[in-house]
Amino acid sequence: MGLQIDIQNRVLVANLSGEMDHHQTERMRAQIDAAFEKSSCRHILLNMAEITFMDSSGIGLIIGRYKNAEKRGGKLALAEMSDPIARLFEISGLAKIVLKTVTVTDALLVLGGTQNE
Amino acid sequence: MNDNFIKLEIEAKSENVSLARVVAAGFLTPWDATVGEVTDIKTAISEAVTNAIIHGYAGAADSSIVTMELSVKENILSIKISDKGVGIEDIESAKEPLFTTKPEMERSGLGFTVMESFMDDVKIESNPGAGTTVTMTRKLGAFK
Repeated sequence: MGLQIDIQNRVLVANLSGEMDHHQTERMRAQIDAAFEKSSCRHILLNMAEITFMDSSGIGLIIGRYKNAEKRGGKLALAEMSDPIARLFEISGLAKIVLKTVTVTDALLVLGGTQNE
Repeated sequence: MNDNFIKLEIEAKSENVSLARVVAAGFLTPWDATVGEVTDIKTAISEAVTNAIIHGYAGAADSSIVTMELSVKENILSIKISDKGVGIEDIESAKEPLFTTKPEMERSGLGFTVMESFMDDVKIESNPGAGTTVTMTRKLGAFK
């Protein structure tokens, strides 16, 4: 598992890699939350480009980070989802509350636009 | 392709779930399953094995064993995931989308929903105190 976090336009960007199962998501969420806590970001962007597998544990992680962003009046966006991940995302019903974008750049544009709402 | 059967026993640790997925993918190799089929099957297995570990055995791993049996007969894959853990009090509630007894662990409550979405058939047999067995089937090559 790998996780690289950076901040762009006051958006916390978590570049996730590896398999998002129960075992790995526990570590991923701790790292994302610690970085978000320290930052003054309102929005969180999960870059899913390097995720090779995801089960419903990943959905749990997405819901949890959505809640954290919402507490700061921000939004959660997901970028670069593969087809299987997008399918799980659809099943979960999260499309109603989480922004789904094709690329990280798209996500930053959309979130940047909501920065001052 | 000839019929085949394997049985895998793993200690109930969350790091072993990836092993169950890899074994399943390897088992399917001779059937020339599509990438999509293999992903669906790995996902359903991941849900069932994770449930056995975190709910069946509630993380108490001492000598707790999860068993995965895979068999293929006439292009029908059968998967049996069993544990001897606490069992499920109310199977109908457990199957409800978003129902979870472990929200503090950020469980989404979608495990059975995912299994039912990705497999042709899912059966749950459980007795409180005696354990749970999830049996799932999927026809291989259905999209060819």
